[in-house]
Amino acid sequence: MSTTVADRRPASLRLALGAFLVFWLILAAFPFLWTLWGSFKVEGDFFSRADWMNAVSGTLTEAETGAPFTGDGYYGAWVQEEFWRAGLNTVIVTVSVVVISLTFGTLGGYALSRSPYRYAFWLLIIALVFRAMPPITLVSGYLLPFFEWNLWGHLPTTIIVLVAINQPFTLWMLTSFFRNIPKDLDESAMVDGCSRFQAFRHVIIPVMWPGVITTGLFSFLLAYNDFAVTSMLLSRENLTMVPKIESFLGTTQTRGNVMFAVASVVSVTAPLFILVMFFQRQIVSGLTAGAVKG
Amino acid sequence: MNKTLRGLTLSALLGGSALAMTAGTALADCGFAEGRVSIIGNEFPAIRAVADRAAECAAGGVEVNANLTSQHQTLNVAGMSTTPPEYTSAIIANSSIVALINDDVIRPLNDLVAAYGDGLQPHQLITINGDIMAVAFMANAQHLVYREDVLNDLGIAVPTSYEEVLAAAEQIRAAGVMQYPVGGAYASGWNLAQEFVNMYLGHGGQFFAPGSAEVTINNEAGVAALEMMAALTEYMNPDFLTHDSNATSTEWMAGNVALMNMWGSRTQVLMEPEGSAPEVHTNTRVGGPLMVGDSGVPATTLWWDGWTVAKNASDADAEATFRALAHAIQPDLLNDETQQMAVWMIEGYEPTPVSSGVLDTISAQAQPYPMLPYMGLLHTALGDNLAPFLQGRASATEVLEAVEAAYTSAARERGFLN
Amino acid sequence: MKHRSFFWFFLPTATAMLLFIAFPIVSVLIQSVYAPHEQVIIEVENCGPFGCTATTTVDQEATRALREAQPMGRFVGLDIYFNRAHLAVSEIGALWTAAPDLGTFFSRLLGLPFYGALSFTLTYTFLVTPFSLMLGFVIALSVNALPRILRGPTIFFSLLPMIVTPLVGGLILFWMIDSRGVLGAFFQYLSGDPDLSVKASTPMMWVMLIVYGIWSSAPFAFVVYYAGLQTVPQDTLESAMIDGATRWQRIRYVMLPHLLPLTTFMALIKIMDNFRVFEPIISFQASAHAQSLSYFIYSDLGGETRLLSSAAATSVLTIIGIVILLSPVLVRTWRSFGKA
Repeated sequence: MSTTVADRRPASLRLALGAFLVFWLILAAFPFLWTLWGSFKVEGDFFSRADWMNAVSGTLTEAETGAPFTGDGYYGAWVQEEFWRAGLNTVIVTVSVVVISLTFGTLGGYALSRSPYRYAFWLLIIALVFRAMPPITLVSGYLLPFFEWNLWGHLPTTIIVLVAINQPFTLWMLTSFFRNIPKDLDESAMVDGCSRFQAFRHVIIPVMWPGVITTGLFSFLLAYNDFAVTSMLLSRENLTMVPKIESFLGTTQTRGNVMFAVASVVSVTAPLFILVMFFQRQIVSGLTAGAVKG
Repeated sequence: MNKTLRGLTLSALLGGSALAMTAGTALADCGFAEGRVSIIGNEFPAIRAVADRAAECAAGGVEVNANLTSQHQTLNVAGMSTTPPEYTSAIIANSSIVALINDDVIRPLNDLVAAYGDGLQPHQLITINGDIMAVAFMANAQHLVYREDVLNDLGIAVPTSYEEVLAAAEQIRAAGVMQYPVGGAYASGWNLAQEFVNMYLGHGGQFFAPGSAEVTINNEAGVAALEMMAALTEYMNPDFLTHDSNATSTEWMAGNVALMNMWGSRTQVLMEPEGSAPEVHTNTRVGGPLMVGDSGVPATTLWWDGWTVAKNASDADAEATFRALAHAIQPDLLNDETQQMAVWMIEGYEPTPVSSGVLDTISAQAQPYPMLPYMGLLHTALGDNLAPFLQGRASATEVLEAVEAAYTSAARERGFLN
Repeated sequence: MKHRSFFWFFLPTATAMLLFIAFPIVSVLIQSVYAPHEQVIIEVENCGPFGCTATTTVDQEATRALREAQPMGRFVGLDIYFNRAHLAVSEIGALWTAAPDLGTFFSRLLGLPFYGALSFTLTYTFLVTPFSLMLGFVIALSVNALPRILRGPTIFFSLLPMIVTPLVGGLILFWMIDSRGVLGAFFQYLSGDPDLSVKASTPMMWVMLIVYGIWSSAPFAFVVYYAGLQTVPQDTLESAMIDGATRWQRIRYVMLPHLLPLTTFMALIKIMDNFRVFEPIISFQASAHAQSLSYFIYSDLGGETRLLSSAAATSVLTIIGIVILLSPVLVRTWRSFGKA
């Protein structure tokens, strides 16, 4: 285990690494912690152009609400603007995207990893070229056909588009992962009389989870953070959280709505914290199994 | 501007008496029984109020939906070009209607106005070549906003021209009151292009050769407009190229700015107590449009917001859409809350202190923002190419040449030029 | 694997990619060689709330006839690729003959939109990619040295730059680096210059965008490297130690070679993402200082009059640019493919 090596590090090096880590954590977390603090202030304080100290002292928050902290942003987002609806849509979209793209990706990635032919290589390269296409061009191309066929605005359309856009990355990751699973495993099963699919089902599926979970994390983040696709392809009542947050900002930032956006951002990070804490062992063990090898 | 003149302008604009207010309101009875109404438009309170009123018509066989989003400009053409269209109406402004006309997705409303347009005022109708293409319901313009206390303390008269703004700014800076007393939405892109459009019109410039798509901005008026903009930026926060109208308003509320050219629709919020110190919001005043040079044309543009009906909508849906939206902008739309939201072109609208800026701009005969098929291309070219001059990296003629070249290549592609 | 079973395994993913990526790419290719028809312009009177003005409009009747004759539009070949907004071939020729020396030629070349954007995009790509990988690697080494109990929260906080929606993250950072924001004030304190403004100067804006890029993509590298470190064979490390290898030598000769495939994979993905840099330019309102090819696409598609052919041509150029950048890696993959 790595701990045995770690234990032998001299104190000076551990101190240096620790100091660096503290520095990095401040760098990584400061904007978020600042936002967390500021989400309980009014817009005039958090986005003060007079003096940034206002965000700490809450001068205007005190003047406007009578207390140094206010939950107005959260109330506005969750109660007034029914942010939970967008939350529900996000859950539907992210879960579906992760499940479907992993299903497609494991099948395709397994096939690519087991094919000795050159076309497998070219398929991977083509997938990579597909990924190079800027998503905004893709989305603007979808609009007319989707309106024509009445597909625009619905969650399933957005889900399948996100799955497709995500396939190249998923394929690359999973192919390299499957290459690390010895071929003998499934081939001996086939010698024993299994079909290719039975071998996949009974031999490969049980051992593939670590790699799949890691790939799933990145699919999840893609679907969860997407703005280009969701903002253009979803109707208002089907909006997911990120475009919903953008709609709080709008082109003309209506008073107070900016703080709805800030409060929403803080609230959507909380479930992710729980998710990461819960899955961190799996995420790491997934990668540990050698998921991503170019 | 004195009261009588303003009253005159207003009655000319709004088409007469407030008598219509007394007419009773029969809520939700829009007079039709079926049809699909689907509206797309930008997201801000005044449009939301109109869409909510249109939704009152939803009953029985009538279905009313509204998708108000900042992506509306990307979605509206595609969403209106299918049969039947996803959207039966787009709410647009005088700049964005041309995209719909260019792609031929909106229908003339002459027949519908004749049949169901009783409640509409003649000046609300936007006509092109005699065809009514849209119905306007609110007006907007950029005009001066100033801090009364700062000007009074230094004995400065309210500026009426950009030359006076420069002089006032110098006085304020010299007195040590503010280092950067001038504000403006000069963010590179749409905002910066809009400021050039204002300043160029104020210098009496013509954007295009008459009747053609040939651009003509690389001239004395263009150079003078850019030089005035550069002179103003000397008194602006050095970050001016990143300040859109949101950021400019924030600067104002922080008390950093004493003079700015700002949208009428955004001044109400500056006078409200939330968000700024008492000396800022109690001393915020609106002035008239600013002049520049000696052309006699104000350096600003007039804007309207209005609604359209999709060409591909069935007759029944077109009628439903027209009647629902005509219902939405009847005088009973106006109440204490909605009065504050915009300068409505609706009978019974009573000007608030804020709206005087827009009304003064109208009566000063500022030009409307040009409704030309290729103006959007020029606006984009301006927004992308003017910044190097204000950063001191290129001369005025160099950036104007770049704008003309960028516009010409876009207009060729789009088929406006050969 | 037999062709037949390969086909069935690969069918779902192929269908998804074919429908939603391949067909659009084909239509983009076609779009980029066709332009809209010539528009027949007529002079008309336009009336509205602010009076009547003489204006022009598109004569739909006349234009419709043109449209029906050629439903695809005008075939323009590679004209759009070569026009001023893209490769600007004739403009470069003119600059070359007019410029007194090479320096002037290059500075004027960067004034053309495509080349100006390319200079920023390439600088961004070649700084952000290696530095974010390095930063991620060092974070991974440090986290690896932590006691197990502290690792969970550390991983979460390290992931924050990747998790927080760039949309709002950008808005908040944009405010923070304002000359009156908390970071802006900190920079002023550091530099001792009370008028320092990050947003006003082009070099500072570039530095800001690049630092933001490194900050926001380091977590990706960190997660992948951290997991990779768990698989470094302990026996090799220990035998290296017995042979008297220093700590640095162990990293250099054992860990780095082991992590090379990971590095290649991440470099591939990150070069691709960085070349398409776009969101930070919007969030930081930086378009006066830095532009990218993706920003041009956004601007072409977002204007009041949309330039579809121009956006299509820029997209094709983006793909070509990425393929050129990645070609060394691809050749390497090609060579190693047989061995896999």
